[in-house]
Amino acid sequence: MSGISIPQPTRPWQRKRREQIRSGATFTAMAILAFIVVLFTGFAGFDGWAISLFIISAIVLLIKGRKLSQKERKNAFIQLLIASAATLAFLPWLSIFASVAMKGIAGLRINFITSDMRTTVPDDEMNMGGALHAIVGSFMMVIIASIITLPLGILSGVYLTEIKGRFTFLVRFVVQSMSGVPSIVAGLFVFTTYVSATHGPTAFGGALALGILMLPTVARTSEEVLKLVPDELRSAGYALGARQWRTTLMVVLPTVRSGLTTVAVLGVARVIGETAPLLLTAGSSTALRFNPIHGQIASLPIYVFGLLQIGTEYAVNRAWTGALVLMIFVFGLFITARKVGGKDKR
Amino acid sequence: MKASTVSQRIESEGKIMSNTSAVLEMPEQSFAGLETRGVHAWFGNHHALSDVSLQFPARTVTGLIGPSGCGKSTFLRLLNRMHEFIPSAAMAGEVLLHGQDIYGEGVDAAAIRLKVGMVFQKPNPFPAMTIRENVVSGLKLAHIKIDNEDDLVENCLSRAGLWKEVKDRLNASGGSLSGGQQQRLCIARSLAVEPEVLLMDEPCSALDPGSTLRIEETIKELAEKITVVIVTHNMQQASRVSDYCAFFLSDGGPGALVEADQTRKMFTNPNDSRTADYVQGKFG
Repeated sequence: MSGISIPQPTRPWQRKRREQIRSGATFTAMAILAFIVVLFTGFAGFDGWAISLFIISAIVLLIKGRKLSQKERKNAFIQLLIASAATLAFLPWLSIFASVAMKGIAGLRINFITSDMRTTVPDDEMNMGGALHAIVGSFMMVIIASIITLPLGILSGVYLTEIKGRFTFLVRFVVQSMSGVPSIVAGLFVFTTYVSATHGPTAFGGALALGILMLPTVARTSEEVLKLVPDELRSAGYALGARQWRTTLMVVLPTVRSGLTTVAVLGVARVIGETAPLLLTAGSSTALRFNPIHGQIASLPIYVFGLLQIGTEYAVNRAWTGALVLMIFVFGLFITARKVGGKDKR
Repeated sequence: MKASTVSQRIESEGKIMSNTSAVLEMPEQSFAGLETRGVHAWFGNHHALSDVSLQFPARTVTGLIGPSGCGKSTFLRLLNRMHEFIPSAAMAGEVLLHGQDIYGEGVDAAAIRLKVGMVFQKPNPFPAMTIRENVVSGLKLAHIKIDNEDDLVENCLSRAGLWKEVKDRLNASGGSLSGGQQQRLCIARSLAVEPEVLLMDEPCSALDPGSTLRIEETIKELAEKITVVIVTHNMQQASRVSDYCAFFLSDGGPGALVEADQTRKMFTNPNDSRTADYVQGKFG
């Protein structure tokens, strides 16, 4: 067609492949060296390995640093510090996840999510019984709590950012102090006001307690999210002759749809692992139940708690698997929120 | 619109004239319905605008010119009650729409803004809506029933000079357009509610010359049906699009109206020497 030869697209701002391989090789060598140090000295375990790796990379940096300029040396040192700090922050999360996964994975069979504990005692083999009742109970309570809390929380956010009424200060103060309420206090409150006034612990009671804990998170995060809406959009709505509530409903809230999804997920993630308030308000059960206003109901945290207290081998194994399932749910929620949020940004 | 029709209209409708203290009477039949009488504006203790009396003849373009900080944007926002969204804002005087004070007791600000639309300096289409939804958003927001949405969308986008460019992607997001297209989308959005007056606050300041020219053509076409008030820093733009001009100036104190007249006269033979200096680019 034309005489112009199209050049190969390149990325000159990236490091050369050779350099990448070299730094990768250096890191591997350092990691192996650190492992050898762990084998032959008093340092032990993963922590020892990490500490030796840090010391070795600092030494390597010092040796390499002789060739570099003052500025480059400083840069490399700060990079090492930041990378180590980031790893350090990541380690607790990784070790929690790893230990729960390792101890729980053995019990993660099909029967664990398809059957309840009605005909199984905790000491039975892991191929019998499961946590279906606890999973259903947890979901039921979280869904009821969300139905009650999300509208309330988002409306408080709207009050704080859109209406800015006379009680803004008061609402913000109450929300802030509510987020400091110990979860057991929320449980006690629902216990005295609802549970003891009706027929004892129920899913609805549990949902109320979870809702109290969820509300401040939802209100605060939705305020933050709504603050992100540029004032120009509100002005545009008003300039078209819209009333405030129409502008809020049709312009402001849809603009932060993805943010509000994240708000919901954060709220759910905040309470799905709560144990203490459910002890008082939801009780526990070994059977799959669906009635939210009658009878005690199981939940994943209480399931884990109860089995750990029994303390026998299979019971503890079941507890670990329950914890793993709970963690998978929380991660699943975050991933879903990311997906939904991403789709929104066209 | 042909140039001859513009000048004919100017002759037939007489001229607006005013200075900081007095308004010259205009022939009654030519008066369009938007008028300010002794308008002041404050932000907290800061007196931003002092004693502006102006009339905006029907189906004309009035340009508000003047250096930064002279209060012309503030004045524009007073005309459709957008001023009051600034918490410390205050005002005095009367803004009459069809003889009725829009700041009078019991007047519904939202209803006023429906009649007096506004296009902002920065294009602000609703990011969560498609192009089509953006156009009809004003009607949806104000609970107005739409008889034929397709026709309305085409009509408004055509009048804003955007139809040909977007007719195949009406369901794309408003944010996917270029800056100039977004601004024309905002104009189309303002037109959909059929305002009597359209206020434009430096609508072209963030746009390239091509888009600016397109919007200026749009403004001239709009003036066949509605009254346009436009704030601009661009003297060429003011001389190109406006029939009347009002020059604002602040001499350290509150901004005030220096002179208002037909654009031709303002640019060739203004009464006030400061106007002459400004339009010739000697200051500001």
